[in-house]
Amino acid sequence: MFAYYLDLAVRSLKRNKVLTALMVLAIAVGIGASMTTLTVMHLLSGDPLPGRSGTLFYPQVDADPTNDYSHAEPLDVMDYRSAVDLWSAHRADRQTLVVDSKLKVHAPEVNLPPLMEMMLSTTSDFFPMFDVPFQYGSGWSADDDAKHARVAVISADLNNKLFGGTNSVGHTLRLRDTDVRIVGVLKPWRPSPQFYMVAGGRFANGQTDDFYTKPEDVFTPFTSGLEINDGNFWQFTCWHMPDTPGHLQNAPCVWIRLWVELGGAAKVADYRSFLAGYAAQQKALGRITHADNTRLRSLMQWLDFNHVVPSDVHLQTWLAFAFLAICLFNTVGLLLAKFLRRSGEIGVRRALGASRRAVFAQCLVEAGLIGLLGGIGGWLLTLTGLWLVRRQPSAYADLAHLDAPMFFATFVLAIMVSLLAGALPALRASRIAPALQLKTL
Amino acid sequence: MEIRPILASLRKHRIPAVLIVLEIALACAVLCNAVFMIGQRMADIHWSNAIDEQGISVVTVNGADPKLAASEIPRNLAALRGIAGVTAAAAATSMPLDQNPALSPFVTKPYATTTVNSSVYFIGGDGEKAMGLRLLQGRWFNADEYAGSGFKNFGSTGHVALVTQSDANRLWPGQSALGKTLYTDATGWTVVGVVADVLAEDPKLSGPGGMYSSVFFPLQPDGVMGDYMLRSVPQDRERVVREAVQVLGKLQPGAVVEGTTYAGMRSDYFADANSMVWMLVLVCVVMLAVTAFGIVGLTSFWVQQRRRQIGIRRAVGATRGHILSYFRTENFLLSTAGVLTGMALAFGINLYLMTHYEMSRMPWYYLPGSAIALWLLGQLAVLGPALRAAAVPPVVATRSV
Repeated sequence: MFAYYLDLAVRSLKRNKVLTALMVLAIAVGIGASMTTLTVMHLLSGDPLPGRSGTLFYPQVDADPTNDYSHAEPLDVMDYRSAVDLWSAHRADRQTLVVDSKLKVHAPEVNLPPLMEMMLSTTSDFFPMFDVPFQYGSGWSADDDAKHARVAVISADLNNKLFGGTNSVGHTLRLRDTDVRIVGVLKPWRPSPQFYMVAGGRFANGQTDDFYTKPEDVFTPFTSGLEINDGNFWQFTCWHMPDTPGHLQNAPCVWIRLWVELGGAAKVADYRSFLAGYAAQQKALGRITHADNTRLRSLMQWLDFNHVVPSDVHLQTWLAFAFLAICLFNTVGLLLAKFLRRSGEIGVRRALGASRRAVFAQCLVEAGLIGLLGGIGGWLLTLTGLWLVRRQPSAYADLAHLDAPMFFATFVLAIMVSLLAGALPALRASRIAPALQLKTL
Repeated sequence: MEIRPILASLRKHRIPAVLIVLEIALACAVLCNAVFMIGQRMADIHWSNAIDEQGISVVTVNGADPKLAASEIPRNLAALRGIAGVTAAAAATSMPLDQNPALSPFVTKPYATTTVNSSVYFIGGDGEKAMGLRLLQGRWFNADEYAGSGFKNFGSTGHVALVTQSDANRLWPGQSALGKTLYTDATGWTVVGVVADVLAEDPKLSGPGGMYSSVFFPLQPDGVMGDYMLRSVPQDRERVVREAVQVLGKLQPGAVVEGTTYAGMRSDYFADANSMVWMLVLVCVVMLAVTAFGIVGLTSFWVQQRRRQIGIRRAVGATRGHILSYFRTENFLLSTAGVLTGMALAFGINLYLMTHYEMSRMPWYYLPGSAIALWLLGQLAVLGPALRAAAVPPVVATRSV
């Protein structure tokens, strides 16, 4: 029966090509617009480390001793002292410090002009903690951290730029004025967002595109990085002017992020009390005032707290769905016109013994077919839409690709929308009184 | 035109009528808010900025040895001034809208606090000429002030500053800013001049009302100055950038030299807003087209359904004009119901956006504005089917009763 209905549907769609084209187009643009924004939303609001994010936590202490504001929330990042104290306590399964800075990068063996790149100074746990994939070599050891080793890991991008994508492990890189040995090259790695640097989202007024920038190109041990690029570290904020700009080790400033890995609720509770204990101890020492103002948010909680998805993306999603609704109303109207125009035909079918259910099913098959055609159009428009997004200047532009779940979602949404649009007209068509229609034939 | 028969006939086609009304309502609501957003972003994109935006080129030098700055900067500037077409050149720490903010709170009393983060600009000798600042009151920095002011703790070791007109009015309302002292913590600088409003380095970080909060300090050649500002006539700027990058690339082989026109820097800053505007325009156009096609489709169906009735009306004396105006009035009634619902919806959406997305209140005239747009759209869309209806010959009435 389904095949027969499908055949009928195709015939009916062919009969009035303009109307059919209008309906397919309406569904296609509605689906195209909503799937484009939904895909962007899906890519930006997803979990950057599926499976691991539940064990990653972001500790915060309030190191600002002043009372200039309410201190409802501790500062977004940490001062050097608190961060290094908490890190060296090694009370979590893994812990890592991160701080970024810009510096001049040059490969002495390669005849290319120097580049200004972002350097992430971090500790050895960074790579296993965040599942960072390596192409060549590996990260450095905890020993390298302790010894201020002059080593570096570089991104796949930088490796392509400087070494043409070959194995550059063992080669030398000049970071500002210091030569470091490359120990590892990453595979292309593009977490969305760049979660380990997220902070300050509550002050960004929804303009949070920067959270989606690519990871840094050079990674060095925390201790070495601070020495190599001394004088070029920028604070997140300060409660007094620092004495030596760019060198913030003893400055009244916050500028370092600490991440910890805690497997299991008991460990989280332990770490929470350890954090509170640390703050209380520092208060006793007179270094901080707001000791009870500590936080230990999980990765996803921290991303939520920072409203990482830019508000423009939210707005576009809303807009696209309003647009889809308009397309839906439009299709309902056109389908209604189409089905009721065939009242005579339906009357004959009913008179020959077709049940209401059969007429309803026939109409829905036709609506579903329109949905499928609209889905194909919508898929093409989504690809076009994402291509347009990729050409935008935003930091997340290069992320905009249609993945498999969103590809299927496109068709599911298109067919659902068309069935939804078809339900009411089909119901009306199935209620047609056969006698009345036969009389007018 | 008698509207009672129209209402009676609409009552018989309740579902299609409701669909058209809903479609128009939603389109009206979205149109209002989208146009409002477009307007706001266009206003942002056109922020005024009292520097010579079209004539400035900026070359950034990164990674040079700061210890050599005192000798290198004057040498570099001399070489840059040698480029044909360059009328002024100077070094600076940053540019308006360069998204590289150096912010500091400035107040009128020691240790006072403020919610405005002012952008700090350090400019080298001739900076006012290279940037094209406009002096409204007071004087420029003199050569001694340029030569005798250093950079320490993010602040100027000199004693003078230039403020913008907005800041002069904000900090000393109703008084002249000249000769007043501007403080950060306990350090003070004397305001020697007031310039026309220059945008902040990143206005979104300036705090409420701080978009034009910019303070200028003189600075001797210093390692913190990474920008070279070059001024030329707009036609020359592309060539000036190219040549300046070459010149500095040769003089500073170890550094990273990048150049751009100021116009390019400005459009980089607004690139996001610009693409959002285009996206909104696209959505509005396609949405209106879809709505119009929906109206065309449904009205055509009605016309076809009522061919016989139209024929009868024509046969008993109705003119083509009557038939035409019947369908136009019908559409007008539907549009009216749609835009009334739509205006309420638009207002609701605006309230929602205000609480959730930092949107400001939509001025009232957007509501009737988009209502009129949809009325016109409806009338245009209905014209085709209505003309076809008017063309139905009276003889149809006599066929197949």
